[in-house]
Amino acid sequence: MSNNFFEVLRAGINTTYQDRGRFHMQHFGVAPGGCMDFKAFLIANALVGNNSEDGVLEFAYQGPLLKLVKGKTKIVITGNVLFQIIKINNEIINGECNKSYDLREGDQIDILATNKSAYGYLAIEGGFDLKPFCNSVSILARAHIGPNDGEKIKIKDKIIIKRNSINKKNFETKVPIKDRNIIRVLKGPQFDYFSKESQKDFFLKDYKITNLTDRMGMRLEGTTIKNTVSANIRSEGITKGAIQVPADGQPIVLLTDYPTIGGYPKIANVISADYHLLAQKIPEEKILFQNVELQEAEQLYKQHLNSISEIIKNIKEIN
Amino acid sequence: MFKKLSNIGDSGIVCDFGDEVNQKINASVIKLFHHVRKQVSKGNLKGILNYTPSYNKLIINFDLEKINSSKIIDFLKLVDFSQLNFSQNKKEWIIPICYDFEMDLKNISKTLKIDIDEIKNIHLNTTFFIYMVGFIPGHPFMGDLNSKLFLNRLKTPRVKIHPGSVGIVEKFCNIYPYESPGGWNIIGRTPTKLFNTKDNSNPCLLSPGDFVKFKSISKEEFENLNNE
Repeated sequence: MSNNFFEVLRAGINTTYQDRGRFHMQHFGVAPGGCMDFKAFLIANALVGNNSEDGVLEFAYQGPLLKLVKGKTKIVITGNVLFQIIKINNEIINGECNKSYDLREGDQIDILATNKSAYGYLAIEGGFDLKPFCNSVSILARAHIGPNDGEKIKIKDKIIIKRNSINKKNFETKVPIKDRNIIRVLKGPQFDYFSKESQKDFFLKDYKITNLTDRMGMRLEGTTIKNTVSANIRSEGITKGAIQVPADGQPIVLLTDYPTIGGYPKIANVISADYHLLAQKIPEEKILFQNVELQEAEQLYKQHLNSISEIIKNIKEIN
Repeated sequence: MFKKLSNIGDSGIVCDFGDEVNQKINASVIKLFHHVRKQVSKGNLKGILNYTPSYNKLIINFDLEKINSSKIIDFLKLVDFSQLNFSQNKKEWIIPICYDFEMDLKNISKTLKIDIDEIKNIHLNTTFFIYMVGFIPGHPFMGDLNSKLFLNRLKTPRVKIHPGSVGIVEKFCNIYPYESPGGWNIIGRTPTKLFNTKDNSNPCLLSPGDFVKFKSISKEEFENLNNE
């Protein structure tokens, strides 16, 4: 273990270590977890020259305030985030996302807030020094799983960095901000449970994101979806982005830390290419669901991955 | 054999075995689950991320970057169920239970007009089959309880259930691995840890398809086991 570390001076609202997620364990009741916005996660690791599997710090809304007590490191923040670097001589640098910065001993990074989005990411060159649980460093706080005793980052925690920064250069890339209110979905396995009118409404009416939203799920508010068959089904395995409709007729989207089995009928499932867009939506925003077919969803995911590769390919050295 | 294969989202497959909940149908689900799990561990199905059995379905989740639903459906259509063995992977567990921690036995006794010792006896004499594990880590859904003990959920779910609590509803019995809210009728508590977040190689005690019998222990034995 290295001796170099950050001290947490403010934890932020929901700050956790995350990576790609933890797989082959859903039959034991363990949700995959992992970063809510995979695109921002991949870009973060690429900008500091890390492996795409490396763990990062994910924060939501208000991020942490960290002081580099010992060591030197290179950091990057991705997403759409307001942050400052407070140098040891009190000089304040207004940070830009998708651009790496060097931190020296005594410097602080103050992640003030995500801007018109929910999640942001902090990656450091060489990665954080973390002990994986079942091949992942993702924290599933509800079940106390992962590093940091499976808990969210708290004030006074030590965040240990694997090694000092060795790369003298800094890097940046351009990430076009996509702000679309259309979220594309495939029809769910119980689409037929809902009235003909509700099937139409679901794709025509806005749904508002409510405050009851976290890494596990997102409660929506809008036109009531009427169930004409049964408000309960035999509990079955859940997939990320499943949209279930309980008896009250208001949809709930199941997100990354979903309960692994559920007994509500599912009207639709968000496509993989749009999941990160939905995950970044904040309360009061309105979305509109659009129906696509499987082949189109597969095609859109390929395009989505290509656009990420393109962004990573365009990483440039800062002169 | 499954009745229907369909996609759920663009990176999931549902293998549907029919509408009923019984051990025979679930045994088929578990057989396929073990088969898929084995193929994945051998490296034969690259891109499969999770395989989640439930009463009558197996859901397969995959990484759309590496594989797609039509490839998985092709694989599933070729599975020869007559060649799959159910019993090879099953385990039988004895789980200690202390009935002194019950919260609902008196009410159950009143509602069902069966005395408390008889309720305990029926529960202790049942060999439970684990239909599935999930919702939260380590949480087993077990059956089948004798129909004499069939109950509904509590009208008002409790806000906090102690970890290890054993509950019953209809023909099912469960154990709460974590502190959580819950609406099941609580008949006792086990000191056995169902999910160990420090054990990297084998964190979860019970698997879908395993069998469980309960063994009655005293409060003193409970405390001793709980402190181990």
